Amino acid sequence: MTTATIAGTAVELNDEGFFVEPAQWTRDIAVELARQHGIDTLTDQHWTVLEFMRKEYFEKGTGPTVRILGKSSGVSVKDLYQLFPEGGPAKTAARIAGIPKPKGCI
Amino acid sequence: MSAPTAAEKIDKVSIIISKGSLEGIYPGLIMANGARAEGMEANLFFTFFGLDAIHVKRIEHIKVATVGNPAMHIPTLVGALPGMSAIATHMMNKKMDELDIPPLDEFIEMIGDTGAGMYACKASVDMFGMSKDDFVSQVHDIITVGDFYELAAGGQIIFT
Repeated sequence: MTTATIAGTAVELNDEGFFVEPAQWTRDIAVELARQHGIDTLTDQHWTVLEFMRKEYFEKGTGPTVRILGKSSGVSVKDLYQLFPEGGPAKTAARIAGIPKPKGCI
Repeated sequence: MSAPTAAEKIDKVSIIISKGSLEGIYPGLIMANGARAEGMEANLFFTFFGLDAIHVKRIEHIKVATVGNPAMHIPTLVGALPGMSAIATHMMNKKMDELDIPPLDEFIEMIGDTGAGMYACKASVDMFGMSKDDFVSQVHDIITVGDFYELAAGGQIIFT
């Protein structure tokens, strides 16, 4: 576990770079993390996904997989891969949304 | 659970699906979909009876093998009774639905949407007298073994 400063806020990250404490997340952090993952501007569609990720995490204790995102977030699987082109959409969205890595095979 | 460290990361996988049973098709699809979800490049190559997984008419009739499959834990002669395969398939589909594993046609569509490449083996296509029109729209092309190795270059190959 390491402490990193993102957008002026100190946050705890695990070895893979996922948030340990989702409450430390802010929207400014998301903007900064998105840039680090090759996303210059977070569009409304990005925010839809990020907010869905956090909602699912707080409700269920784990972030959604791509399959669940495609079915329930309002953003299609095809769009998800275009919105988050690096590192897989669910994983990258989880990083940017400040939640732990989603568990699930599908 | 700790992150992989020293070991080299896998950037690309090419997965061959050669069987036409439910249990022969799903693992390769799950691995291809999972590879894309991890941000890897993924290609699927369907050969022999694996072609049924991308065949517009046959995809709806994929069944679990109840004969010659000791892991089913039913005697071979019972497995051979009419309807056994359909029952086993129905039960397995139900279980997978509960786990939110998509039905085959939906899964193939989803994997296409992830940007994975899907290809049919030319030798098998010729052997079964099929053509591109027999396949779902997600199939990019009918390719030779040589083409497959070119596509797979620089990545891992998985045979199922």
